[in-house]
Amino acid sequence: MDKFETLYEALANLDGFIYPNEIALNWDLLIVMYPYITGLVAGAFILASLNRVFDIKALRPTYEISLLTALAFMLVATMPLISHLGQPFRFYEMLITPHLTSAMAIFGFVYLWYLMVVLLLEIWFDYRYDMVIWSGEKKGFMRFVYRALTLWVLDTSPESRKTDEKIGYFITVVGIPSAFLLHGYVGFIFGSIKANPWWSTVMMPVIFLFSAMVSGIALVMFIYMAVNYLRRQKTDIFCLDTIAKYLFYILIIDFTLESLDQIHRIYEADESFDILKLLVRGKLFFTFFIMQIGIGTIIPLSVLGFLQFKKPRERIRKILYLIVSICVLVGIFYMRWNVVIGGQLFSKSFYGFTSYKVDLIGGIDVWLSVLWFVIPFFILAFLLWLLPPWKKAEELPHE
Amino acid sequence: MPLQVKRLLLAFAVFIGIMLGLKYFLTPDSWREYGPYRGKALIEIADKVPKYVDMETCIMCHDSIGELKIQGLHKSIQCEICHGPGYLHVDEPEINKMKLPAGSEFCIQCHARNAARPDKIIKQVDAAEHSEGENCISCHNPHEPWL
Ligand code: HEC
Ligand code: HEC
Ligand code: HEC
Ligand code: HEC
Repeated sequence: MDKFETLYEALANLDGFIYPNEIALNWDLLIVMYPYITGLVAGAFILASLNRVFDIKALRPTYEISLLTALAFMLVATMPLISHLGQPFRFYEMLITPHLTSAMAIFGFVYLWYLMVVLLLEIWFDYRYDMVIWSGEKKGFMRFVYRALTLWVLDTSPESRKTDEKIGYFITVVGIPSAFLLHGYVGFIFGSIKANPWWSTVMMPVIFLFSAMVSGIALVMFIYMAVNYLRRQKTDIFCLDTIAKYLFYILIIDFTLESLDQIHRIYEADESFDILKLLVRGKLFFTFFIMQIGIGTIIPLSVLGFLQFKKPRERIRKILYLIVSICVLVGIFYMRWNVVIGGQLFSKSFYGFTSYKVDLIGGIDVWLSVLWFVIPFFILAFLLWLLPPWKKAEELPHE
Repeated sequence: MPLQVKRLLLAFAVFIGIMLGLKYFLTPDSWREYGPYRGKALIEIADKVPKYVDMETCIMCHDSIGELKIQGLHKSIQCEICHGPGYLHVDEPEINKMKLPAGSEFCIQCHARNAARPDKIIKQVDAAEHSEGENCISCHNPHEPWL
C-alpha cells in the first residue's frame, strides 16, 4: 500500500467499488515467476521419469538434460519469492522455525525434500560412476572437484554400478509423487484461498500440475534442440517426435482440465460469476484468450495434432517443434499470470476492479523476474559443462 | 550396505547436523513467545509511525474549518482523505505543507456518475454537464458543500 500516498492517486487506478486493501496488488510479477519456474522443474523431472520408470527408450537422449534442467531451475525456484519479500535476509528463518500452521511455511520443506532427496540424489547416482572416471582423467583442481562430488567413493565395480542403478530407479519412483507434491503444493496455495473465487477450486493443484508438465516438457524439448544446435550435433528426430507425442497428450489433458474448471464455473454461475466474466472479457482478454488459449494452447494443439497424423520432412518438423515449444512456454507463463494477477484484479466485493501495469523501465520486479528466468540457463550451461551427458560411459546392459 | 550409500548417509547426517546447529543458534529469541512468530514483531509493528493522524488532531489548529465541516455533508470524510497523510504536517506545519487538491477531477473521483454506485449513498453528477467547465470549488465549498 506504500505505492500510493493519497487516495487521489489510488482512485485513478480503480473502477467501481473496491476495498482499500485491494487497491495495490501485493503479489506482482515475481509471484508470477515463482509458480512458472517451479512448474518447469516439476515438468522437466517428470519427463525424465517417463524415460526411467516407464522405460520409454526413445526419450533416453533427454534424460540427463531434463534432470539437469530441473536442477538448474530448482536452484533459483525460491529466488523470486525471496526477492519479493520485504525482508529478504530473513528467509532462512522459515527453515529453522518449522511449524505446521502455515501452508506457506511448509514450502521450505517440500522444496528441500525435492531438491536434496530427489533431484540431487538421482543425479548423483546417475553420474557417480562417470564422476569417478572423470576424476581419474582430470588433473589438479578439477580432479579434486570430481573427487569431492563423488564423496571420495572410488568404487567402479559392476556391482556398485548395479546398486547405483537400483537406488536411482527407486528414487525416480519416489520422485514422481514428489514432483507432483512440489507443484501440487503450489497450486494448493492458490486453490485453498477460499475468499478468492478465481483461485478457490479443488482443481487448482491438478491444473497446476498438468500445466507444469506441459511447460517442463516444452522447455526440455527447446533446450534439447538448442544444445544440439550449439554443439553442432544432429538432433534425434525420433526422440523429438516422442517428446512431442507426450507433450500433445498432456496438453490435451491440461486443456480439458482447465476447460472443465471453467465450464463448471460458468454453469454454476455463483455470485462471483458476473465479476469473473467481466474480468476475463476485459482486463484479462489479451492474456487469457489470446496468449494462454490462442498461442499457448490452440496453436500447439493443432500443430502437434497434425503431426500425429502427417509427418512432413525432418527439417520442417524441427522448426515446428521449436515454434511449438516456445508457444507453450509463453502460453504457460500467461496462464500463471492470469491466475496470480487475475486473482487480484477484481474486488472481493464483486463490484469493482483495480489495475496492474508492468513498469517495464523502472520496475524492479521486472528486472528481477527476467534475472531469475535467465540465470537458470547459465546454471544449466555450467552443469552441462561439469557433467556432460554426452561423455557418459555406456550404460550397463539391462538384464 | 554399499559404500556409496554409507557415504551419502554420512553426508546427510552432516547436513542435518548443520541445520540443527543453525536452528539452535539462529532461531530468533522471541520465537514462539505467543505463537509461531516472533513475539518482538508485535512491538516493532506497534512502534511504526502512523502516517495518518485523525480529524480531531487537525481541528485542534484548524478549528474554523472543523466547525464548518461538522455542519456539512462532508462531515464524515476525514481531512486526510482529501489532503493526504498528515503526520509530518502536524509536527511542523510551516515546513511540511499538506496537499491542496485542486480541480474538478478530484471531486469526480467520488462524485462521477457510475452505475455501480448507489445514488442514495453518494450523490453523483455528470461533471461536464453539471459544472460546465467551471471548477467545482467555485460553487461548492469543499468543507461544506452547500456553502
Ligand atoms: C499544530 C497545528 C496544526 C495542526 C495539528 C494541523 N495544521 Fe494544518 N496548518 C497549520 C498552520 C500553522 C498552517 C499554515 C501554514 C502556512 O501557511 O505556512 C496550516 C496549513 C494547512 C493547510 C494549507 C496548506 C497550504 O499550502 O495552504 C492545509 C490543507 C492543512 N493545514 C491541513 C491540515 C490537516 C488535514 C491537518 C490534520 C492532519 C492539519 N492541517 C493539522 C497548523 C496545523
Ligand atoms: C472533500 C475533500 C476535503 C476534505 C474532507 C477536507 N478538505 Fe480542506 N480543502 C479541500 C480543498 C479542495 C481545498 C482547496 C480549496 C481552495 O483551493 O480554495 C481545501 C483547503 C483547505 C485549507 C486551506 C484553504 C483554506 O480554506 O483555508 C485548509 C487549512 C484545509 N483545507 C483544512 C482542512 C481540514 C482541517 C479538514 C478536516 C477538518 C479538511 N480540510 C477537510 C478539500 C477537503
Ligand atoms: C472521498 C470521496 C469524496 C470526495 C473526494 C468528495 N466528496 Fe462530496 N461527498 C462525499 C460524501 C460521502 C458525501 C455525503 C453523501 C452524499 O449525500 O452524497 C458528499 C456530499 C457532497 C455534496 C452534497 C450532496 C448532497 O447530498 O446534497 C456535494 C455538493 C459534494 N459532496 C461536493 C463535492 C465537491 C465539490 C468535492 C470536491 C472538492 C467533493 N464533493 C469531494 C464524498 C466525497
Ligand atoms: C456553477 C456552480 C456549480 C459548479 C461549478 C458545480 N456545482 Fe455541483 N451543484 C450546484 C448546484 C446549484 C447544485 C444543486 C442543484 C442541482 O442538484 O443541480 C449542485 C449539486 C451538486 C451535487 C448534488 C447532486 C444531487 O443529486 O443532489 C453534487 C454531488 C455536486 N453538485 C457535485 C459537484 C461536482 C463534483 C462539481 C465539479 C465537477 C460541481 N458540483 C460543480 C452548483 C455547481
